[in-house]
Amino acid sequence: DIKDVGHKYYLELTLEDVLDKDSTVNCTAEVLYYLGNKNMAPDVQFTLEGELKSTEEADHVFYTRIRNLEKELVAENIPDSHGHVPPELEPLHLLAWVASGYLVWQNSTENTQLQLAQIKHVKQVRRSDEYLQFDYVVLLHEMVSQEIIPWEMTVLWHPRDGVQVTRASRQPGH
Amino acid sequence: QLDFWINPSAPALPVDVRIPAVSVQPVKAFLESQGIEYSILIEDLQDVLDKEKQDMAESAQRERSTSFDFGSYHTLDDIYAELDHLASEYSFVEKIQIGESYEKRPLYALKFSTGGSGRPAIWLDAGIHSREWVTQASALWIANQIASGYGTDSFITSLLDKMDLFLLPVANPDGFVYTHTSNRMWRKTRSKNPGSVCYGVDPNRNWDAGFGGPGASSKPCSDSYHGPSANSEVEVKSVADFITNHGNFKAFLTLHSYSQLLMYPYGYKCTRPDDYAELESLGRAAANAIKSVYGTTFQVGPICSTIYQASGGSIDWAYDQGIKYSFAFELRDTGRYGFLLPATQIVPAATETWMGLRRIMEHV
Repeated sequence: DIKDVGHKYYLELTLEDVLDKDSTVNCTAEVLYYLGNKNMAPDVQFTLEGELKSTEEADHVFYTRIRNLEKELVAENIPDSHGHVPPELEPLHLLAWVASGYLVWQNSTENTQLQLAQIKHVKQVRRSDEYLQFDYVVLLHEMVSQEIIPWEMTVLWHPRDGVQVTRASRQPGH
Repeated sequence: QLDFWINPSAPALPVDVRIPAVSVQPVKAFLESQGIEYSILIEDLQDVLDKEKQDMAESAQRERSTSFDFGSYHTLDDIYAELDHLASEYSFVEKIQIGESYEKRPLYALKFSTGGSGRPAIWLDAGIHSREWVTQASALWIANQIASGYGTDSFITSLLDKMDLFLLPVANPDGFVYTHTSNRMWRKTRSKNPGSVCYGVDPNRNWDAGFGGPGASSKPCSDSYHGPSANSEVEVKSVADFITNHGNFKAFLTLHSYSQLLMYPYGYKCTRPDDYAELESLGRAAANAIKSVYGTTFQVGPICSTIYQASGGSIDWAYDQGIKYSFAFELRDTGRYGFLLPATQIVPAATETWMGLRRIMEHV
């Protein structure tokens, strides 16, 4: 409890690679939830004890494939009602998951627990620069209230620069 | 690059080798130049593999069309048809109607009873929150497991020889149909809220246990709306009345998803139930039983401290009615797929959950 500032949490966690359960990295973090002001995202400081695996090759394959598509990629309902994700759309699913992590961070308080529930819609937007752009509508599930909240977000990605969420806006309820 | 299927071992013994397509010509040339005789056993291995895959798919298809596929998600009609099938196949399994939903769909449950009259009973329900599809699917698998296990599985046999079991696989049929036809993420019932554009009440905030207290919303548009009054939802009232009228239930077990939790009362208040020590210990034993199958970990504890404070919940009501062994399970996963759990995980989830349920039933 930090007087007049907020609540700080000290965490020790293990990061597990979703695609390779045996690959783990330990991590320590400090998370500060600010008092009162609901528009401030919690402050996060972290230290990785080890290195994350390189994904250079897979990144390059994905980047090249999307750049070379004849028509802009469009897809809906990922995963579908039965939890299925077509293999070629799995990178888009993972990208949304990372990008929605940013939305979760920006919108979390001590009384929320947000998760990506589903990608309702994703559309590739071709750009003249080197970035890939995907406009997503995602559904976030908030565990405490049990609400499903639609969010629009614009995601830029490049193998060198990683993920950026350049625009995000919450939509009215589902 | 050469893949020997029968390795060279002694002179005059044949050798079988798989040759990548690009190497076929050079290998043939080499063998001929060395005077080594060869014959082609398989011209194109990929062809053989493709055909085998096709055969397997066709035979799986044939199997599925004659028996219920517990490893995929089904519609309400298909689930109800399977209940009929189980009831007709097993003499001790009976399909009963507990009541009717808001939109007049029957609430069908299976009664497992080998005889006696007014035997002590166990209650198990699933799908009270319609979007939690792994629960209805698991309930079907569990029903089949129990039905087919009587007479061969010593636990199931001794259980049903002294107790009855009631299983309601789709506690919220209106919501369930809505998740198929309109909105996969629908949670509540489909009752009309007067004066509001929003439909439905959270059926697990509608029980008469701390009704209207913290952890439930008074707004009809909310996914945790408690409704105008306790038991206002016919789906809830039907079950509450059934259990009260029966009068001899010893356990009340309910399936939800997701989060991998095994919880006991209370949710409406953050104080411990009188039987805290016993329920905590039994919960831990059940969680260990679950973990022993695939290593899946479930956290154990009272609702209030494990997930959140939530009033009007079913296991709180059951416990306060005197049904000591009241537990709520939150099945797989912990958020990667959430409500959209891949169908391939249905049977593993059902299998591990069943081990947890068994452990509790053994103790009852």
